[in-house]
Amino acid sequence: MNESLFINIIIGISIASTPLIFAAIGELLVERSGVLNLGVEGMMIVGALLGFIVQFHTGSPFLAVFAALLGGMAISSIFAFLTQFLLTNQVATGLALTLFGLGFSAFAGRGYTEETIVLIKAIHIPFLSDIPFIGPLIFSFNPLVYLAFLMVYLVWWFLFKTKQGLILRSIGDNHDAAHAIGHNVVRYRFMAILFGGAMAGLGGAFLSLVQVPIWGEDMTAGRGWIALGLVVFASWQPFRIILGAILFGGITVLQLHAQGFDIRISAQYLSMLPYLATIVILVSLRIRLKNKTNRTVPNCLGRIFHSTS
Amino acid sequence: MIKLIPRVENSKAMIFLSPILALTLTALSALVIFIFILEDIKVSSVFFTLFVGPLTDSYYFSELLVKAAPLMIIGLGLSIGFRAGIWNIGAEGQYVIGGIAGGAVGLFFYDVEGFWLLPLMALAAIIGGMFYASIAAFLRIRYQVNEILVTLMLTYVAVLFLSAMLQGPLRNPAGFNFPESRIFHDSAMLPIIWEGTRLHIGFIIAIILSLVAWFGIKKHMFGMQIKITGSAPRAAKFAGFNDNKTVLYSLLISGGLAGLAGFFEASGPAGQLTPGLPQFYGFTAIIVAFLARLHPIGILFSSLLIALSYVGGEEVQIEYNLPSSITQIFQGMLLFYFLACDILIKYKVVLNKSKN
Repeated sequence: MNESLFINIIIGISIASTPLIFAAIGELLVERSGVLNLGVEGMMIVGALLGFIVQFHTGSPFLAVFAALLGGMAISSIFAFLTQFLLTNQVATGLALTLFGLGFSAFAGRGYTEETIVLIKAIHIPFLSDIPFIGPLIFSFNPLVYLAFLMVYLVWWFLFKTKQGLILRSIGDNHDAAHAIGHNVVRYRFMAILFGGAMAGLGGAFLSLVQVPIWGEDMTAGRGWIALGLVVFASWQPFRIILGAILFGGITVLQLHAQGFDIRISAQYLSMLPYLATIVILVSLRIRLKNKTNRTVPNCLGRIFHSTS
Repeated sequence: MIKLIPRVENSKAMIFLSPILALTLTALSALVIFIFILEDIKVSSVFFTLFVGPLTDSYYFSELLVKAAPLMIIGLGLSIGFRAGIWNIGAEGQYVIGGIAGGAVGLFFYDVEGFWLLPLMALAAIIGGMFYASIAAFLRIRYQVNEILVTLMLTYVAVLFLSAMLQGPLRNPAGFNFPESRIFHDSAMLPIIWEGTRLHIGFIIAIILSLVAWFGIKKHMFGMQIKITGSAPRAAKFAGFNDNKTVLYSLLISGGLAGLAGFFEASGPAGQLTPGLPQFYGFTAIIVAFLARLHPIGILFSSLLIALSYVGGEEVQIEYNLPSSITQIFQGMLLFYFLACDILIKYKVVLNKSKN
């Protein structure tokens, strides 16, 4: 294969999979704490909008990313408050969050649909990025791509190497027992939900700050839902998120290249691939587990916790 | 400190009061939002146009009923699954497939007269929607794959499929390459029941369906089965209820109804297949079902309420040039408040002057 084509494909995959890594790793932590937040799509679109607006007005990528992070966190706090303090059904509340997020961003972003911004560029380190083949392959990605990988590592480290991570996992598996030995279930879950919101916001911002320099109210196009599927695919194991996301990135890039090669299939059918792939992957996971119950599912996932004492 | 004390019995009063409280809170929030965003327009007049306007003008009122019909039909189907804890979130996709299937039959018999055509189209739409939902049912039963994700992914696929159909086999041959079908001929169009408006027979069918669903859930064994499967899955198992059957039937019912709604939209207000067929009804119907507490008669009212917000949103868009997406914000907010207020049913809120 042509060397530059290979590098282009790798870069394409990194660009397509990074938003999924962000959103999925955030949701993974949330689900590990025993909470199912179906609002990922809504939090992503809010992040995409806020990142875009701040980049448009300030031109500062740092502020833009930060705004997206805060935006995702802010909207996720609605979900956190409702599910943790008012004990609402998590499925219904998550759906409401998605619908609200889509409506809110369509409304708040109506003045920005014609604007364009300066994209966040890939890094270039003198010497290192210039090494043939290895340079572009290791040292020339977008800074947010590295951040996504770092976040996966940090979530893994937190969950499996820290005391708080252990507590969070135990809350996800048995909130009553965790409560009985004195852990604050609601506080841990609240924090986890906010973290999930921040990551989803970041994933959304990647779409409008790195992928395309424009804003559109349907630009997440189901990526939040695909991220939810990735968490299941990853069996709630952080590093498997990367594997799953790269798989999706690969399919997306394949589809774009196929359109470029003038293959005689309508573009619409090719665009269906990522969605169909999600289904196929979820099915293949179940076949691999051979209908055994998935042991890694947090036991309390989606269950309401209310302490009587 | 505010504390929640579980009630011994669910509060009957709160079952009725909490939706009213949620509505009031939504209206107040809307007021605050308007005060912030409106500069030279009077807040009260926008408020009036949005929430009362559709009731005072006969055209807007008929549009309200036109929009309530698909919401009612889809909401009914969804509520059946939701009762059993089966989350068909992709009704929008089944709606689109139903619209395509019904529309394709109508286009196949283009210019053929006959009273049988509409029932045939409806049947095709129902089967189309059922088939589409059955994919999720099969995957859940055979492989335990989550139906939320499958139905949602298939919604994106359905919308792309519609687009492919409209650029391919179903495109109007004389349409200058626009991605639209031919306009249906008269025997493929739903009869209008209110002269001079777009209100079609689908609205009556929607009301009949609500009554049938109400009766069915009350009297039929299946109604009992889904109720118990949802509220006490273990008890349902001991009673010998078949879990898989519940999954299959509730997805088939909700898929078939969503398909029917898609056909009503295509053969009613739209009159042809266009890329504008998906109108978010499939998602909004989720709100409709929840606001009604999944009760068929409640859905009759909640679909009218949500339709009011749709039409009101369109009115303020035309009259004050405000974006219609404001409707979606209010709908989302209403659901938030509604879910939040429900805590008053199961819990007593107590203010205790605690010593810590």
